[in-house]
Amino acid sequence: MLTELWNDAEGGFHPASAPDFLPERALKEVQLRRLRAVVARAYQNVELFRDRMEERGLTPDAIQSLEDIQQLPFTVKADLRDTYPFGLFASPMSDVVRLHASSGTTGKPIVVAYTREDVDVWGEVMARTLASCGLHRGDILQNAFGYGLFTGGLGAHYGGEALGATVIPISGGNTDRQIMLIRDFNVSALCCTPSYFTHMVERARELGVDLRELPLRVGIFGAEPWTDGMRHHIESEAGIKAYDIYGLSEIIGPGVASECDAQDGLHIFEDHFYPEIIDPETGEALPDGEEGELVLTTLSKKAMPMIRYRTRDITALITEPCACGRTIRRMRRIGRRSDDMFIIRGVNVFPSQVEAALLQVEGTLPHYQIILTRDQGLDRMAVEVEVTPEVFSDKIKGLEEVRARIAQAIEHILGIRVELRLVEPHSIPRSEGKAKRVIDRRND
Amino acid sequence: MQTTAAGRSISLKRGLKTMKLQQLSLFLENRPGRLDAPLEAIAAEGINILTLSLADSAQFGILRLIVREWDKAKEVLEKAGWVVSLTEVVAVDVPDRPGGLAEALKILEGADLNIEYMYAFSLRRGDKAILIFRFEDPDRAVQVLLDKGLHVVDGEELISLVP
Repeated sequence: MLTELWNDAEGGFHPASAPDFLPERALKEVQLRRLRAVVARAYQNVELFRDRMEERGLTPDAIQSLEDIQQLPFTVKADLRDTYPFGLFASPMSDVVRLHASSGTTGKPIVVAYTREDVDVWGEVMARTLASCGLHRGDILQNAFGYGLFTGGLGAHYGGEALGATVIPISGGNTDRQIMLIRDFNVSALCCTPSYFTHMVERARELGVDLRELPLRVGIFGAEPWTDGMRHHIESEAGIKAYDIYGLSEIIGPGVASECDAQDGLHIFEDHFYPEIIDPETGEALPDGEEGELVLTTLSKKAMPMIRYRTRDITALITEPCACGRTIRRMRRIGRRSDDMFIIRGVNVFPSQVEAALLQVEGTLPHYQIILTRDQGLDRMAVEVEVTPEVFSDKIKGLEEVRARIAQAIEHILGIRVELRLVEPHSIPRSEGKAKRVIDRRND
Repeated sequence: MQTTAAGRSISLKRGLKTMKLQQLSLFLENRPGRLDAPLEAIAAEGINILTLSLADSAQFGILRLIVREWDKAKEVLEKAGWVVSLTEVVAVDVPDRPGGLAEALKILEGADLNIEYMYAFSLRRGDKAILIFRFEDPDRAVQVLLDKGLHVVDGEELISLVP
């Protein structure tokens, strides 16, 4: 019975993907029922949310249809900092079985809480994520997401076990050992940040290990935006299929959305996370298909419900049916995170735009860094690109040509001049988690 | 342009392929001290450098090396993370007197041989100076040089000059 599959109140894990194929009407029924429950729960237990509802003259009864969600107030990242550490909890601590925290780039970390049921839902959506990336019982999953306060490691861990895969909880770091285990344990799937994996690929080559000859066939990558160019690089260098997954600690961690075999947008597990796209300037809801900021509401979270949480991620919802047959909606891959944007000489720049430019010059990915400085009041942007065997020439003229081609590609996309520096291999710091693409020294 | 009949016949017997030298090039940033690490890496393997040249722009440089065990040196440098490329170059000796180089260049120019770059070898051979040429087309260059009676110094000869 489908009802049993999507009734999380029953608890436990289900054979992964069934809820991904709910008929639209059934899905909407579930969403509305859960939305009403979560709004009531937040209203009763979270002071900040209740105050904001009252300011608008709203009670939970205002929710009669899914569209009514648009009347509700937004939640933003600052709300989590302002109520640090436990101010947004809707459960007593006696019901909270887990805390995670993500360090914000500035100030206090963000704390998130899970009840037993929340942990189970998390395992379920991560199992659905892994299933949608083609994993099943019998797969050996090397989990190189960091274990600890970061949600990536434990999220993938519980998902892998829920699916029935064999999980290797290696966490991030110690790259040589990662490669040894991939080889010795016949690892078939691996998850980590895409930037850490490119580092593993590079290190494997130095160690004389050809990942393409090993059983490794699937990579599950998330926690930072990456381009299709990076995907092609990873897939051809490692001989795997590379899937993009999406999540954020404030909502649950990884497990909010995942690509499927079609690799054409990420399915949002919308029976648990209700998506909206809004105009980031006005806050107005936008119709499906239009690009804007992704807003998510946790439909089943108990310990820390998030109502209309502004993710600051720019995407669009895709409503066309997916080739894989899943009925839950997809969103386009996140190319731009508002948090990553920087402004230089009045121009909005995203690191992914620089990556897209590098993609046009063969052999320049994946190691680059953007450095912002201020010289006599004028902002300057430098891009450092590591020299690879593909672009190296024994002639100065040859290297100057490469440098000019990269600089032109970037200037063409951004419309501003950049200083392009070719740097030695390994000179840009490698990350074992999220890559730091932008070094801003303008206020040093 | 004189060359010993014996030297030339030996060279011809070995064929055109052995007449070319394998040059290693590696990428360096143009910052103080960048030269140390690669030189130390090959020294640690006991590899002697026959000659080297450094080309640079404001921001980066290219270190070009002629070593005896080029394949081993390449492996050592690549293991240490450097980007290394292999280029065929040709060593030619010219009379070590005013105008010696100009005469040789005139011959090359007359044969329409494109020189990408050149540098001097650190050792002399009697009254000859040895130059390393990077030609656009090294195979044709060797043929032309031999036809024109210039002496192409092959790898073995070069090594024999090292004291």
